Amino acid sequence: MTTATPAKGRFGIYGGQYVPETLVANLHALERAYESAQHDDAFQFEVERTLRDFVGRATPLYLAEQLSADYGGRVFLKREDLTHTGAHKINNAVGQALLAKRLGKSRIVAETGAGQHGVATAAACARLGLECIVYMGALDCERQRPNVERMKLLGATVVPCEAGRRNLKVAINEAIRDWISNPDSTHYLIGSVVGPHPYPTIVRDFQSVIGREARQQFIEREGKLPDAVIACVGGGSNAMGIFAGFVRDEVELHGVEAGGRGDDHAAPLNSGTPGVLHGAMQYLLQDDDGQILNTHSIAAGLDYPGVGPEHSFLKDAGRATYHVVDDEEALAAFKELSRREGVIPAVESSHALAYAKRLLQQRPGLSVIVNLSGRGDKDLPSLIERGLL
Amino acid sequence: MSIEELEKAFATDRKALMPFLMSGHPTPESFARNLREAAEYADVIEVGVPFSDPLADGPVIQAAAAQALSHRTTLRSTLEVLTARDDGPPVVLMLSVNQVLAYGVAKFAASAKQAKVSGAIVPDLPFEESAQVREAFAHEQIALIPMLAPTTSDERKRAILGKARGFAYLISVAGVTGTRDSYPPETLAYIRSARELSPVPVCVGFGISKPQHIEQLRQSADGFIVGSALIRGIDEARSVADILKPLRRACDTALTGNRS
Repeated sequence: MTTATPAKGRFGIYGGQYVPETLVANLHALERAYESAQHDDAFQFEVERTLRDFVGRATPLYLAEQLSADYGGRVFLKREDLTHTGAHKINNAVGQALLAKRLGKSRIVAETGAGQHGVATAAACARLGLECIVYMGALDCERQRPNVERMKLLGATVVPCEAGRRNLKVAINEAIRDWISNPDSTHYLIGSVVGPHPYPTIVRDFQSVIGREARQQFIEREGKLPDAVIACVGGGSNAMGIFAGFVRDEVELHGVEAGGRGDDHAAPLNSGTPGVLHGAMQYLLQDDDGQILNTHSIAAGLDYPGVGPEHSFLKDAGRATYHVVDDEEALAAFKELSRREGVIPAVESSHALAYAKRLLQQRPGLSVIVNLSGRGDKDLPSLIERGLL
Repeated sequence: MSIEELEKAFATDRKALMPFLMSGHPTPESFARNLREAAEYADVIEVGVPFSDPLADGPVIQAAAAQALSHRTTLRSTLEVLTARDDGPPVVLMLSVNQVLAYGVAKFAASAKQAKVSGAIVPDLPFEESAQVREAFAHEQIALIPMLAPTTSDERKRAILGKARGFAYLISVAGVTGTRDSYPPETLAYIRSARELSPVPVCVGFGISKPQHIEQLRQSADGFIVGSALIRGIDEARSVADILKPLRRACDTALTGNRS
């Protein structure tokens, strides 16, 4: 089993570069810049130094003792919520911002769902003196208001997107349209393992620090490998990041998609079919005519009809399994972790926690790592307003 | 209709005018009527098939697509309208690669042929990803219209144009569809260089909205695609004839700089 990027940016049949002609030159330039950066010790040193001193890595691997007792196993949390800006998104944002500098770009556009990628990108840009424009669905601006304020404070321009369901999908559409209109000055700093090649590879590589650390930390502590690794999957960057550390081991990989409410969900790996969205072949929620379907999740960061091409490949290959957790189950886990461990998780990460509970109920005694991809402060105003807490 | 007929549409001493209409916009009935009306002024008609998430389109065409989708316009219903169409200028479709894949590549080519469609423009299918589709199209004598952008390197231009059939679609400036005031001088140079390399006619789109645009670019190009300006005019309840007449006139008087 290898997930190394094959020629032409494909993971099996998934991935590729389905973009308007105007962007092809940019993608080729990005491919070349990334390749040379990978072999440049100074660049790698700069990334490592930034992750340590700015992001605050390594993040702890925390044994949640009370939750372990409640659930009937050993539950470890990879504490990405403790990074600067509060979610794993910063790992990729600082890496790509350095790459953008290397490409000679002065302007960054990004999309954001929960706002975590937007905040991380705004922070990375502030530090490097790059202009930053963040596209965000208007609905997400409402339900993740604290993050909108944080982005503005960090000097970014936040552009609310009013089309469709006013969520992550339309934010990506607008970010790509901006990039098409400003190909010379601008780098599109995509926040997940989606989009055209080489993005799924670049974002996975920058996020793979999660898996590398977690593997080493678990072995140092337990003297063995975990039985399973669990992560939520929207586009799938936190999941790809932690999976990357264990994909060559005999460790179960569980991805958790958003079940939303009944028929209205965001679970393409469970209910979708292969197709092309935002530049890549992947599992998609689409109708017979090839139109992309609307999605719903309580978690803005999971509210997306597509999923990274590498996850699509891992599913078909049987190397990872993908489950569904709905809004209600995720909220229950959100409250449980807050009360039992004193840690308020992002509603996105709560989907992974909820699945950990289910897994340990079915198979007690397992040792699992849950990627706690972000912290939940951002979710409080909206959840309180809707009377959900 | 076939690739030959499409190529023949350019073999005149005038510049080709290629209006763009969105299937199902503003309603399926008006679309069918507009299609007939446009036939009087057009050398080729481009018919957009509405898609939920078009990446290369500006606000005007996005809104038209959303409106068409609200009337349940599909690729299938579009092909039905085109099949029932009277004789007229060649039609090329514009749609997203996911619509072609969802329909089935070979099946799409066969159905398009049956609907008297001469070619298709698939803006999110760049050259490197297009082999399978191009082969299926060639099998049915349908042209896969290649697109060039100002960011396309000369090396890529040569590779893309080397396989071109029908005509080449030149994106005038980096950006999404929508009208522009005027074109910078480098646009002219870019169109000229593409035309020199091209074995097929080159047509310019993105931003063509006024006779002055055609006059500015006519020495360099073989045809002009008018999209957002026509859609916006239809949205403002103007007639297709009223919108196309002055553009037709600009193309007819653009007699200099023809291909030899």
